[in-house]
Amino acid sequence: MTAMAGLKDLFTRNLRQSGIYVAFVAIVGLFTILTDGVLLSPGNVTNIVLQYSYILILAIGMVIVIIGGHIDLSVGSVVALTGAVSAVVVIQRGLPWWVGVLAGLAVGLLVGMWQGFWVAYVGIPAFIVTLAGMLLFRGMTLQVLGNISLSPFPAEYQKIAGGFLNGFLGGQGIDVFTLLIGAIAVLGYAFSQYRARLGRIKYQQVVETMPIFVTKLVLVGLVGMAFTYQLSRSRGLPIVLIILGVLIIAYQIVTTKTVFGRHVYAIGGNLSAAQLSGVKVKHVNFWIFVNMGILSAVAGVVYSSRSNGAQPSAGEMFELDAIAACFIGGASTTGGVGRVTGAMVGGLIMAVMSNGMQLMGIDQSVQQMVKGLVLLLAVAFDIYNKRRAGAAR
Amino acid sequence: MANPILEMRAITKTFPGVKALQDVSMSVERGEIHAICGENGAGKSTLMKVLSGVYPHGTYDGSILFEGEEVEFGSINDSESKGIVIIHQELALVPFLSIAENIFLGNERSHRGLIDWNVANSEAAALLARVGLDELPVTPVGQLGVGKQQLVEIAKALSKQVKLLILDEPTAALNDNDSEHLLGLLRQLKAQGMTSIMISHKLNEIAEIADTTTIIRDGRTVETLDMVADEVTQERIIRGMVGRDLGHRFPPHESHIGDEVLRIEDWTVHHPTDPGRVVVDSANLTVRAGEIVGLAGLMGAGRTELAMSVFGRSYGSHITGKVFLHGQEINVGTVSEAINHGIAYATEDRKKYGLNLIEDIRTNVSAANLSKVSRGGWVNSNEEIKVAESFRQSMNIKAPTVLALTGKLSGGNQQKVVLSKWLYTDPQVLILDEPTRGIDVGAKYEIYTLINRLAEEGKAVLVISSELPELLGICNRIYTLSAGRITGSLPREQATQENLMELMTKERDQVR
Repeated sequence: MTAMAGLKDLFTRNLRQSGIYVAFVAIVGLFTILTDGVLLSPGNVTNIVLQYSYILILAIGMVIVIIGGHIDLSVGSVVALTGAVSAVVVIQRGLPWWVGVLAGLAVGLLVGMWQGFWVAYVGIPAFIVTLAGMLLFRGMTLQVLGNISLSPFPAEYQKIAGGFLNGFLGGQGIDVFTLLIGAIAVLGYAFSQYRARLGRIKYQQVVETMPIFVTKLVLVGLVGMAFTYQLSRSRGLPIVLIILGVLIIAYQIVTTKTVFGRHVYAIGGNLSAAQLSGVKVKHVNFWIFVNMGILSAVAGVVYSSRSNGAQPSAGEMFELDAIAACFIGGASTTGGVGRVTGAMVGGLIMAVMSNGMQLMGIDQSVQQMVKGLVLLLAVAFDIYNKRRAGAAR
Repeated sequence: MANPILEMRAITKTFPGVKALQDVSMSVERGEIHAICGENGAGKSTLMKVLSGVYPHGTYDGSILFEGEEVEFGSINDSESKGIVIIHQELALVPFLSIAENIFLGNERSHRGLIDWNVANSEAAALLARVGLDELPVTPVGQLGVGKQQLVEIAKALSKQVKLLILDEPTAALNDNDSEHLLGLLRQLKAQGMTSIMISHKLNEIAEIADTTTIIRDGRTVETLDMVADEVTQERIIRGMVGRDLGHRFPPHESHIGDEVLRIEDWTVHHPTDPGRVVVDSANLTVRAGEIVGLAGLMGAGRTELAMSVFGRSYGSHITGKVFLHGQEINVGTVSEAINHGIAYATEDRKKYGLNLIEDIRTNVSAANLSKVSRGGWVNSNEEIKVAESFRQSMNIKAPTVLALTGKLSGGNQQKVVLSKWLYTDPQVLILDEPTRGIDVGAKYEIYTLINRLAEEGKAVLVISSELPELLGICNRIYTLSAGRITGSLPREQATQENLMELMTKERDQVR
């Protein structure tokens, strides 16, 4: 197989996966042109990371929920509640910042256990449980805050979403430390891919030809380094990006390489078959929601840190952004299909579009309409693909 | 003769990479019952989809003549308006709607946009009488058994002024009584001048009812047999389908029976939602090493319910009784406990309960024993592929790689994936529920061979089947189940279809 044909084959076979990357590149390109390059300027790239990190964190948990065949409508309210509890602990009670973080995470854990209990052990559809949760936790937020906003947080707490790591290694206008971390990440990625390839060769499986493999790595490496370069020219490495990066890597591994991840896909793909294969369905469903609760709490802490306070209306509509990110990223509405990386790209598509349109000064009303249409088209594209695959039988 | 209602000429249909039909021709006489036989994947369903317009005109080559004129169907609606109605294997009824609503679904008896229920219900009642179904038109379809639902489908077809009725595996899910009734109905419709095409794997039914049989193999018409004039036997049809003489439908097997492996004592199961109803009533049963034991019973006798309740209480409520393995009492409260004790249950409904159809062969094979290819919660997917690949070869699963989706395989190959999944758990007891339902003769033979091999390895095998010849062909001993009670246990030498059937219906009359 020649390199060109191999590349083509790679794309057509994985259209479902690669289609979304192509769309992402196209959207970035489009808005770069429309904003005269402002979109990709160092300051704005940093901005996008800071502004949408909490949606991406929610999308990580949400895609697992969706793969399992459920939905979670309560995450926006949970973001508000965890942020509020954290704010009460830190701002009203004057306790250290990390006590606030732990309190928020603990609330997320309890929320997850609560919803997991109803979904897994009582057997109420997640749509209903989390719709109730949406109201319940919003109400609790109002109770906790006494209907007022709390601010400001101490400087340490603000750093979670607004802080940067930089300057450790100097550099003139370009932060060497950030570049170094970026390089380590890219090399780590290349190394893990190489090891996976060796493993596949050892088991005598088909692998991509060397030129394609290298091309892929070089492309990913270039994009990764260009991204870190822009960050390093601005304020350095955002702390929240480190949190997000660790979460993405961890959950990518959980979904693709662990027994738990496999069981989530099995439950979403065919519940009865999973049950009759000895999968402990209740147990798995319970932990899916516990996990979502904790990730919502992480997002809640990040959001409260970024907005430097807690508001009664915090996190409204976040659930819809997170759900949209998953579906744009190729998750199936009926469960069993989806990827963490897909949801991340889906979230970034939403982020780049919002940010790009904001830069262009487009009215909020138009932004909403465009986002709605993009979601619709993404799922329509997905269904078209599935039908094509079905007809090719 | 020579008054064809339908002629299909030189039909060729290609899918990307595959020639599904090549130059297929067939001719159906007016007023006959025409059977189509062929192995799974031979192209029967594709041919019927071409005929009914599922694959519209232009996507295939060749021509179709219906009632003497050339037709070009763009959709199912086109073919239905000409009087060609197809009833699929998976019934297309809405369970919550009434019989009448289902019959006239999409074809409502309305006047100025409002449905006239009186007309609809009385017409439905007339159609039900015609198909011999004694139910009220307002009964929800979900309350009917599969056999009766099949009749509703036929009534629905009749309501559309059908001239050519196509039935895809109509009796696959029916028990013998319901099948008999359905075949009787087809004969009756034939007497009224109806033409039917029937796709079936049940050769005895074809031999009994068909006037003509067209055999398709690998996408080509092999031959057309005149069933009446030539007195065609089942063996003759099989020879045409597989292109070779199978000699025997069941592989020879010499058994070496050892010690008792599984014993069930006093097993009683109640209905899951209606705990007052006893589904399995103090059943006692043993299976020994190397023994193939059959479990015969009519639909609703509690065969699957018995098996599933033993398999980790996957069915029923208020279950009492004891399960012994090698003489030791074991606890099988959950499916994973049952699997850990070496019990495997391959379901009768592989699409619904057996496979994750949107996943590949690899994940399905490892699904019940994922811990064997993982360490500390981490799956070794390379090892997993290797395992699946070895099953693909040893079980002769026809798929390009183990990364092929199970949803795209034929019934026989799907069944092999299900069996691979359970063999990978290394069971001592295999409960096989309808292991050959809906799969073709060649694959059936392969599965019988596999069952024999498992018995030779010293495993205890319990086979549940609706086809008595199958049980008589492969089992050492056969239990009969009737209305939840075990009514007999016959060694193969003493069992006949007649005495089994007698035991299968025996207590039922006394219970009622």
